[in-house]
Amino acid sequence: MSASWNILKKLRGKKPLDLVLFLLVHLASVLTIGFMLFIIGYIVAKGTPYLKPSLFALKYTSDNVSLFPSLVNTVTMTLLSLLIAVPFGIFTAIYLVEYAKRSNKIVGVIRVTTETLAGIPSIIYGLFGFLFFVVYLKWGYSLLAGSFTLAIMILPLIMRTSEEALKSVPDSFREGSFGLGAGRLRTLSKILLPYAMPGILSGVILAIGRIVGESAALIFTAGTLARIPTGLVPNKEQFFLFQSARTLSVHMYALSSEGFHVNEAYATALVLLVLVVGINALSFFIAKKFTRA
Amino acid sequence: MKPNDVKEVMMHGVFMITAFASIIAVLLICVFLFASGIPAIKEIGLGSFLLGKEWSPADSPPSFGIFPMILGSLYITAGALLLGVPIGIFTAVFLAKFCPKQVYKIVKPCVDLLAGIPSIVYGFFGMLMIVPLIRTVFKVNGSSILAASILLGIMILPTIVSISESSIRAVPESYYEGALALGASHEHSVFFAVFPAARSGILAAVILGLGRAIGETMAVIMVAGNQARMPAGVLKGVRTLTANIVLEMGYAQDLHRGALIATGVVLFVFVLIINLSFSALKRRNIS
Repeated sequence: MSASWNILKKLRGKKPLDLVLFLLVHLASVLTIGFMLFIIGYIVAKGTPYLKPSLFALKYTSDNVSLFPSLVNTVTMTLLSLLIAVPFGIFTAIYLVEYAKRSNKIVGVIRVTTETLAGIPSIIYGLFGFLFFVVYLKWGYSLLAGSFTLAIMILPLIMRTSEEALKSVPDSFREGSFGLGAGRLRTLSKILLPYAMPGILSGVILAIGRIVGESAALIFTAGTLARIPTGLVPNKEQFFLFQSARTLSVHMYALSSEGFHVNEAYATALVLLVLVVGINALSFFIAKKFTRA
Repeated sequence: MKPNDVKEVMMHGVFMITAFASIIAVLLICVFLFASGIPAIKEIGLGSFLLGKEWSPADSPPSFGIFPMILGSLYITAGALLLGVPIGIFTAVFLAKFCPKQVYKIVKPCVDLLAGIPSIVYGFFGMLMIVPLIRTVFKVNGSSILAASILLGIMILPTIVSISESSIRAVPESYYEGALALGASHEHSVFFAVFPAARSGILAAVILGLGRAIGETMAVIMVAGNQARMPAGVLKGVRTLTANIVLEMGYAQDLHRGALIATGVVLFVFVLIINLSFSALKRRNIS
């Protein structure tokens, strides 16, 4: 009661233009929050009743439209992509921050290319992955082609967050370490990387969120086969890395474009949403803890 | 050399080589897109490819004109900006200059959450919420430029909000205080002293939002209708460049496939131009 009275009192003294701006600013913010609440609330409300155990059955059939195989594929795809992108991303960041001279022309070129990579839409990555990995390297629609495509896609994200994390290490740490006679590598592994680790980690987790949510880059690289690839025979046709595998997002696309299983699609959307939002929240908390320290 | 020195030199080399990964990736992307796209454009003819109004790959002779898709992408993007930019900028102003600390702690994560929702979930939401809404309100099919614009407008909000907010925060406090000291009100100081100083950053935010909107694929496919014809009105369906690739790439052969890759090339060039202007603006902002 007293709060709304205060707002009224604040409003009454304003000039018309100020009042309009004041209202617009608040209206816009209410809309933004409203959109968020509405989308999340809609998916949660529609999806929760259909979270049935059959949705998590080990095998996908067109009856149960189980999301379990896609979930496993998502984990595999994420691990593979990280395995490729994380070393490259962190090493590049180390090179840029700790080794390269500021005046070095290559540094400028790397910056520009990274910015370019960060701005390319995922469908272009999908197209490139199809042309290069699937067709040119003859990998076919496969886990491997999908994860290489995603690795290139998340490279700029991991690079940038690692770079920021390394830059945030105070120079006195480096000087102290060098002063005690440690070499560059020892300084890096014992002082810089441990200090920068939370920042790097939050970037990696953010990248996981992007991988889990990605669909356009995967449809024509990893394909849409709804089962868990198995087979450890080291021949190309049977090895699991060379088999098609749909991730949860692609599964979601398949379900919603087929249009036969709308209720199950709601539940799948809910699972996907919870996963991605949880992953992003985790990254947020790690980053926050890191800035406080 | 001591074994330690060998390790130092070796790792220096390793770090340097990995640093080239992003350069190699960009080169590969360019080479493979252009090498497969440009021959197709040559065969179709640049003019009839870019400005042709007919896309009918199954006809004989087939026609591959992507002008409807270029217009479709532009219309939907423009619509998204029309909705997303004002809401986004005003929200950014609210976050930077109006909101109390406790409220900020709630609103900011909301915006981040909006950024985290996968585009396929946005598309699904649009298909089952926005499209039926338009269907009942306007008595039309529903999958339309309007539906796609509304959905994309929401999707680009977080991009616009967070970049605008940080560029508003980057304006020195003295601008605001100076205006207040001259007798301007809070709103007046924010919008007529601080805001103009942040405008190149805000413009950069809009450009980045534009890049996201034009490149968005999965969400658009599910709400835009995807008819490959000239846009006929806000309430009619339309196909974007991105949708064209995803819808037909699965079965396309020969020249048809080439034409789809060439569609990707056109999109890629659009995005490159948008990115270059974004980095140019950002650089100007810093200096």
